[in-house]
Amino acid sequence: MAGHSNYVPQSAAAKWLESRLPVISLVRGSFVDFPTPKNLNYWWTFGGILFFVLIAQILTGVVLAMHYTASAASAFNSVEHIMRDVNFGWLLRYLHSNGASMFFIAVYIHIFRGLYYGSYKAPREISWILGVIIFLLMMATAFMGYVLPWGQMSFWGATVITNLFSALPLVGEAVVTWLWGGFAVDNPTLNRFYSLHYLLPFMIFGVVLLHVWAFHTTGNNNPTGVQPKSKQDTIPFHPYYTIKDLFAIVVFMILFAWFVFYTPNYLGHADNYIRANPLVTPSHIVPEWYFLPFYAILRAVPDKLGGVVLMFGAIAVLFILPWLDTSKVRSGAYRPLFKQFFWIFAANCVVLGYLGAMPAEGWYVVFSQICTAYYFAHFLVILPLLGFLERPTPLPASISESVLKGGGSGTPVGAAAAPETK
Amino acid sequence: MSTMIKMVRALTAAAALAVAGPALAAGDHKPNIEEYSWSFAGPFGTFDRGQLQRGFKVYQENCAACHGLNLVAFRNLAEEGGPSFSEDEAKAIAADYTVVDGPDDFGDMFDRPAILSDRFPSPFPNEQAARAANNGAYPPDFSLLAKARAAKRGLPWFLFDPFTQYAENGPDYIVSLLTGYVDAPDDLEVPDGQYYNDAFLAGQFISMAPPLFEEAVEYTDGTPMTVEQYAKDVAAFMMWAAEPHLEERKKLGFRVMIFLIVFAGMLYFTKEKLWRNVAH
Repeated sequence: MAGHSNYVPQSAAAKWLESRLPVISLVRGSFVDFPTPKNLNYWWTFGGILFFVLIAQILTGVVLAMHYTASAASAFNSVEHIMRDVNFGWLLRYLHSNGASMFFIAVYIHIFRGLYYGSYKAPREISWILGVIIFLLMMATAFMGYVLPWGQMSFWGATVITNLFSALPLVGEAVVTWLWGGFAVDNPTLNRFYSLHYLLPFMIFGVVLLHVWAFHTTGNNNPTGVQPKSKQDTIPFHPYYTIKDLFAIVVFMILFAWFVFYTPNYLGHADNYIRANPLVTPSHIVPEWYFLPFYAILRAVPDKLGGVVLMFGAIAVLFILPWLDTSKVRSGAYRPLFKQFFWIFAANCVVLGYLGAMPAEGWYVVFSQICTAYYFAHFLVILPLLGFLERPTPLPASISESVLKGGGSGTPVGAAAAPETK
Repeated sequence: MSTMIKMVRALTAAAALAVAGPALAAGDHKPNIEEYSWSFAGPFGTFDRGQLQRGFKVYQENCAACHGLNLVAFRNLAEEGGPSFSEDEAKAIAADYTVVDGPDDFGDMFDRPAILSDRFPSPFPNEQAARAANNGAYPPDFSLLAKARAAKRGLPWFLFDPFTQYAENGPDYIVSLLTGYVDAPDDLEVPDGQYYNDAFLAGQFISMAPPLFEEAVEYTDGTPMTVEQYAKDVAAFMMWAAEPHLEERKKLGFRVMIFLIVFAGMLYFTKEKLWRNVAH
């Protein structure tokens, strides 16, 4: 990272600091001088957007924590205290609860961008794997955060999800009791979830730095998937991508503000405005929208352990994705068949999300099973086979060439380079 | 390869059918919930002060005997963005309620009239007492009810709602419920102590007797004294009780939106200028 900086300290103070801790050249090498492919499209701004949302979540969360009480007896009322009595408490809380959804909107776009342009392929496997770890940490953080208001969905969502571990053979029951800190979801569960909900975002932050370190070592992928060949192919990160990312962040903030100010409860569930009651089970227990595809996979299998294994498998398969995709061409823009399967896969995920919100009965189960099977087939059958069956369109010789021919966003051009010489 | 694509196309078509199929099949008890027009809907929505004051009157005279309001404080009645009672009016309203305070210097609890900083006392000392007095049913507290009830919107409406800013599911449901006491179908036997309601989300029968009757609450401002008007007024009041900063939220939201749109526009042109010499 620091290696990309051509920074030479000028002032005495800067020389003094640089010779002891080269932090200025580190930052400059990573976020100022860093050579970035000049053809990144707007799908690439979601990394910066995610960084912004993470910081926003941490800041609003830290202030909310000053007013929240983590106790089964008073958590629900303390959230209402924030909503009613704390100055701008309603704003902080709506920013934080909708911010979680914005985080997932951005991360899903970011992940699908990586899937389309082959950002998981060599040499960026580590960056991809760290990204999957961030995704897992995000899911754990969001799940535990949703429990904190101690409403009906908080309580019953926590009960359903923690109960999944009871499917583990032999130790299942013991593990669940250990997770709960008792024999049901109760005060000890709430307290540990609060503690972890405060801890995990900082772990996410740490893994994000590793994630960035990894792809700053390999260089960014880009819409052509062709590695930069010369200085003409790259531009310094600042000011070109700082301004482009900032513009994208502000546009994303418009969407964010729309939800916060106009439909702040649309993405939540009405039942969570009812205080948690262990004696009354809601008629439909549904997780937050961003978990619905995985929830559909979980319920597609009549066997509890099987469902749990498949649900975790749906994420585990992402870890080995770099080795499942056999195609030598990175960018989907040059892969006519892959492109079609990519969109079918994306649609399949949306349908899974819809099925996850429906009751697990009748045809819904059958179609959950079909969609689950397709989800895994995409990774385990289609991607490995496509590499052999597909004939990619010719790749441009370089980023600059694709840009000059008007294909900067990754649309194939008639260049005569063979895929294997990319 | 083309057979594979055909297969996949057939699969997606089947999946689309699956989504439509069960939605058509489900239809045993479909709550009949209508949409009403609200002054607080939309990006510039504000509460109608008169409506909130009338709604509060309906609540006090018709609902408060069974339904609590324990997250709302008397001071809220005089705060901006609410029913806007004067401070003296709010004090007078509070003084009509009795709250338990203490212990005093002798260790005894004592009753005193409520003051502005108190919250509405619950009509029952606990859930068991409430159930005992209500034939086993538990009348829910009103503080959050307008946000805690929402009918399923279903496809495709839930896709449009964020764009149209439809966020009045709660009050729509409350009015539909309060005006939903229609005659039960002939083939349906209504259990003792329950009532048929075509809007009730939890089933066909509700334990609450029809609470509103024409001209039961005196309106002095010429507003029609009908069941539907009472229902709308009390639902608006409940929306305020559940979201007391709604007006402030929408007002601030508009300013934030204007700022963000102008700022985004400026950033866009700055970006275009910076990038003008880079082919990309």
